[in-house]
Amino acid sequence: MFDTLIHQFWSLTYSGIALGFIYVLIAMGYTMVYGVLRMINFANSEIFTVGAFATMIVSKYVFDFSLEMIPPSNAKLFLVIICCLAASMLVSGLLAFLVELVAYRHLRNRTSNRIAPLISAIGIGIVISEVVRILTRARTQFSPNVVPKKVLFTFQGAEIRLDNTVTIFAGLALFIILERFIKLSRLGKGIRAVSMDEDSAKLMGVNLNRVISLTFILGGLMTGAAGFFYVNVYENVKYNMGFSLGLAAFTAAVIGGIGNIRGAFFGGIALGLVEIYASAIVGTQWKPVTVFIILILILLFRPNGIFGEAIQKTRV
Amino acid sequence: MINLRDKGAEFWERSNRPVRVLTVFAILAVIAALPYAGNSFLQTPIAAFDAVLVYPMGMFILMALGLNVVVGKSGMLDLGYVAFFAVGAYTMALLSTHTGLNTWEIMPIGIVAAMIAGVLLAIPTLRLRGDYLAIVTLGFGEIVRVSALNSESIGGALGIAGIPFPPGLGFEYQLLDQKYFYWTILVMILLVIWVIRRLTVRRPGRAWESIRQDEDAAELMGVSTYKYKIWAFVFGAAIGGGAGVFYASRSMVIAPDNFTLNTSILILACVVFGGMGNIWGVIVGAAILGYLPDRFRFLSDARLLLFGLVLVIFMNLRPEGILPRKKREKAIVKKDSGASL
Repeated sequence: MFDTLIHQFWSLTYSGIALGFIYVLIAMGYTMVYGVLRMINFANSEIFTVGAFATMIVSKYVFDFSLEMIPPSNAKLFLVIICCLAASMLVSGLLAFLVELVAYRHLRNRTSNRIAPLISAIGIGIVISEVVRILTRARTQFSPNVVPKKVLFTFQGAEIRLDNTVTIFAGLALFIILERFIKLSRLGKGIRAVSMDEDSAKLMGVNLNRVISLTFILGGLMTGAAGFFYVNVYENVKYNMGFSLGLAAFTAAVIGGIGNIRGAFFGGIALGLVEIYASAIVGTQWKPVTVFIILILILLFRPNGIFGEAIQKTRV
Repeated sequence: MINLRDKGAEFWERSNRPVRVLTVFAILAVIAALPYAGNSFLQTPIAAFDAVLVYPMGMFILMALGLNVVVGKSGMLDLGYVAFFAVGAYTMALLSTHTGLNTWEIMPIGIVAAMIAGVLLAIPTLRLRGDYLAIVTLGFGEIVRVSALNSESIGGALGIAGIPFPPGLGFEYQLLDQKYFYWTILVMILLVIWVIRRLTVRRPGRAWESIRQDEDAAELMGVSTYKYKIWAFVFGAAIGGGAGVFYASRSMVIAPDNFTLNTSILILACVVFGGMGNIWGVIVGAAILGYLPDRFRFLSDARLLLFGLVLVIFMNLRPEGILPRKKREKAIVKKDSGASL
């Protein structure tokens, strides 16, 4: 039962961390919105789907890549990565902005009922995934291999592949940029102020609508980047792909203490590792069950996530 | 927009007992006669109208009433309600195919099984804050579905087939003419409405209401919030389990695919769409959301797309649902917000 785990420990660890970074980036879409609005962004999984499709479309139609072609290298590879990543992030950021405008803004001002925006966000999610489903005729679309799955070197028998390495380093860079932006910039201060106390922030002259839009856009940018990395590693996209990944990313955000981006970072990595290890031990089909049992256990003993109250106070 | 709920309440308060009794009977007669209205504009293009009345409409109403106790009355966001429905359905499927018990004998067993599942979920999770509760219940729903999917002993992905119809009570349940199923589920719905209304005006109902409005204040006033939250949860689970038993018995075959997260979300949408906390609103909301997708089946591909659009537009127009809560409560809210300004 534990044979696979022991034999392939390092290779599993490496792909677990890469998967963890995909979760971290999607979790940003949940945790930032939650930090500011205290609401779950239910359309985030569809924002992720659209981001993944953007990468597929750019590589297929703009760069004219095909499934059989030899992946590009060096300067060309760098250009392709930048273009695909930018396309995914921009499309997802824009979509997140629209989601806030349509599903949340009007309702936020009109009602104190917290479940109504949730339902309208679910509605938007259904609309987006259905549009994608109809356009793709519900078929899985295979994406060209943008980043080659070249083995860079081996470590303790584990193959360190280029696609996973790109995910880890670019993911880390994006996370650090986001973290610094929120910590240091004026708009980031606005986000933190609103997440601490909405009314006081308003009284201090923070433009609430702008801050909330920005939060959605930042979350969307990160989620879109996750779409790019996902396509790189798994090379296929489908209209309902966002569901299970969104669920896992949300779990990651909860494990780390939702509303807290550093918590989501560690939660995402931890979840990626646990998922990969659990699949190796009990089989892939039981993966969702193990993940949720771990989630319930963590919440039982630390009801505010692993990092608890201390970090909760320094939300977002 | 006119407030139908208040208009209805006004009419009810102004009329005397005979008028009230007559109104109730008139409405019940119209509802009970619905299976005969299949040839009118109500006809659903592909599924037979009487079948649509049973599932999804009747079943959605039953489940939405159960979920309304948890979400609308006590204010706990439950995203895994389908789990209890699944527990009821699987209890029915397993017991009826392995033992000689019939639907009515299994019904209480299924309800108890769902209640046990409710307690097992409630004890660890109800101490959590609202939004964590949402994700844990969601996870629980997925655990139940994935476990059913991966357990070959209960049919795996294929599910369980050959579940018998309920035995007739002086009439026979038929596949092609489902009006008896419809009337049975109507009786079940009325029974649930009666129980919920009894509970609402008594201690548990008041406790749930106080928990929804302010849990800390309720606790300070001596309401055992943890206990009543578990009760609300278990009560909702019981209704879901009962609905599941009946659903399995009518469908003859069940599979894990019948119990996805989408069903939970759809039932939640019924509750919010109709008007959280108000059982009449919930019934109207569930009837509409159950009926619309089947009525517009000719749109085939764009059906769900339109469903999503309806949810978005409608929530923006009427965030409190079709038939919102009572006027009195709204007045309290208005006064509060006035004072804080």
